[in-house]
Amino acid sequence: MPLTLESSYPLIAICSLGVLLLLLEIVLKKPDPVSYSVTIAGLLAVGVCIFPGLLRGDGATPTGGAGLLFCEVFIAAALLTVVFSGEYLRRHDSERAAGQGAYNLLVVFAVAGMMLMALAGDLISLFLGLELMSICLYVLVGFLRKHVTGNEASLKYFLLGAFITGFILYGIALLYGSAGTLSIDAIVALVIAGDQTPVFWAGLALVLAGFAFKVGAFPFHMWIPDVYQGAPTPVTAFMATGAKAAAFSVLILMFSRRGGAEGLVFRDLISFLAAGSMIVGNLLAIVQQNVKRMLAYSSIAHAGYMLVGIASGNLNGSDGVTFYLVSYLFMNVGAFGVVSLVEEREEKNLTYEDYSGFSAKNPLLAGLLALFLFSLAGLPPFGGFFGKYFVFVAAIEADLTWLAILGVLSSLAGVYYYIRLVMVMYFRDGEAGRAEAVPRLVLAALGLAALINVQLGILPSSVISLIHRFH
Amino acid sequence: MDFERIFFFATAGVAVVSGILTITRRNPVQSVLFLIVNFFCIALLYLGLHAQFLAIIQILVYAGAIMVLFLFVIMLLNLGDENTLEEKSGYRKYIAVVLAAVVLVQILTVVAGGVTGPTGTAAAGFGTVEALGETLFREYLLQFEATSVLLLAALVGVIVIAKKKVI
Repeated sequence: MPLTLESSYPLIAICSLGVLLLLLEIVLKKPDPVSYSVTIAGLLAVGVCIFPGLLRGDGATPTGGAGLLFCEVFIAAALLTVVFSGEYLRRHDSERAAGQGAYNLLVVFAVAGMMLMALAGDLISLFLGLELMSICLYVLVGFLRKHVTGNEASLKYFLLGAFITGFILYGIALLYGSAGTLSIDAIVALVIAGDQTPVFWAGLALVLAGFAFKVGAFPFHMWIPDVYQGAPTPVTAFMATGAKAAAFSVLILMFSRRGGAEGLVFRDLISFLAAGSMIVGNLLAIVQQNVKRMLAYSSIAHAGYMLVGIASGNLNGSDGVTFYLVSYLFMNVGAFGVVSLVEEREEKNLTYEDYSGFSAKNPLLAGLLALFLFSLAGLPPFGGFFGKYFVFVAAIEADLTWLAILGVLSSLAGVYYYIRLVMVMYFRDGEAGRAEAVPRLVLAALGLAALINVQLGILPSSVISLIHRFH
Repeated sequence: MDFERIFFFATAGVAVVSGILTITRRNPVQSVLFLIVNFFCIALLYLGLHAQFLAIIQILVYAGAIMVLFLFVIMLLNLGDENTLEEKSGYRKYIAVVLAAVVLVQILTVVAGGVTGPTGTAAAGFGTVEALGETLFREYLLQFEATSVLLLAALVGVIVIAKKKVI
């Protein structure tokens, strides 16, 4: 069923919030504090109004309850981003701090784009959502106008992103031309039926390449380190979680949702993407000295783990990826959040050495960061462990044991660089580490993210049983 | 030959000739002028296929907006009396020749193989402004509205990047 105006209420709500923020900018003389609270309250309200539908496993949208769950993920990512951004912008660019209304507005519109991608289930909406999200992100990456690296990152992201948009659009045109339909469900049905024209497969491959770029998978990962490093840290967190979840919601729909493994022509291709991302991401992350860059490379590796779930092509695989995305959201935004608090102007305080002695100065923040890093490393009892567990089990079920073994081995390499940062924080004396007061709201957000991480690690069934209900 | 055929071959002939002239003129402004002729011919071809809306859009967007952009860029780039583009030789030229040859071979095989495009008759009124409006505002209303949000976000983004002073 197509997405109607009634069933797209989350989308309409978030767009209304965006327009409201725009009006506040015009009407108020000093809109920033108001805009900050209105954004947070508005995002919370939209999240709450989606919740009943999510619990019902609402099938009113083409993508059903899973689409709504993704909407909640985007909203949570945006909320945490906005909370961290207030303090970050104030410290990094006094001039830009005043333009925070526009910043929040762009985050809200980016969420609208992500929601359109996750809810719609047809190729036109998919493309429009992707563009809406990407355009907002291009601007957000370069938001600190005086930062040379930020501007460079923004331009790079824009040029490469526009280029890859061409790929996706061309793929969509080929799919439409050969299948005669824009509905993703119909196209997946054709894939499972098999025996399509080469034009059809070419179109599907182009779409796959485009989304592999958007999630930052191996042969298309070149932009990730530079863009993630150059962007303001909260924006990096938003891109690594929200934008990645949006692209994965589409990959799940198009390449794994039906669980028809026999219809998955691209399984070898996706396995290759997954294996390459895990190896390249983890190995390159080991040699990084800059924490932000290390997290960027590790996000390539995480895209690889999630692609393992997509390659499995069974229901456990797609459920595992969904769970992974939920847990990844809270650990990654948390880690970037602490990094954004430690980071100083002009990209200072970002190397490993700068974290020496951090636990002595800021025991609370150091403890939280250690928790997020353990979760990213995939150690129990945190959410990251079960994310990896689910996708690897799905891979073994799908006879992709080699991929699961490779995943476990490469995540062992991952443990090294995450734990190294923890070691530096706790066992090395040093001068660095801010002792300034952290805003209470930021601390509350970090604490909440940490709690959810622990909860997902101890009681993964709370979320995974919800995901099972969407089948 | 009926009128439609004569119309097609006349327009297509002018389109091909103006296309060749576009890439062989040394003066960029002349090139652009021939490109406009080419765009108009293509619009006429669309009209011959009863795709009124596409024809109008072709003229408005390509012959109108994109052409102006082209002219602006040429005027901004070619300062002084230098009105011819410099010839750049090198390996790129050879790559271009190879690519062109590949495309030519592809087209020839397709034509020689007698491959036909999708067949079947379009519904009555297909491609007219009315039909397009119906589809756009009934079936794709949500997507149409999403486009407006997209434009709004792009507008905000441009202002954020380009604004001289940040409030």
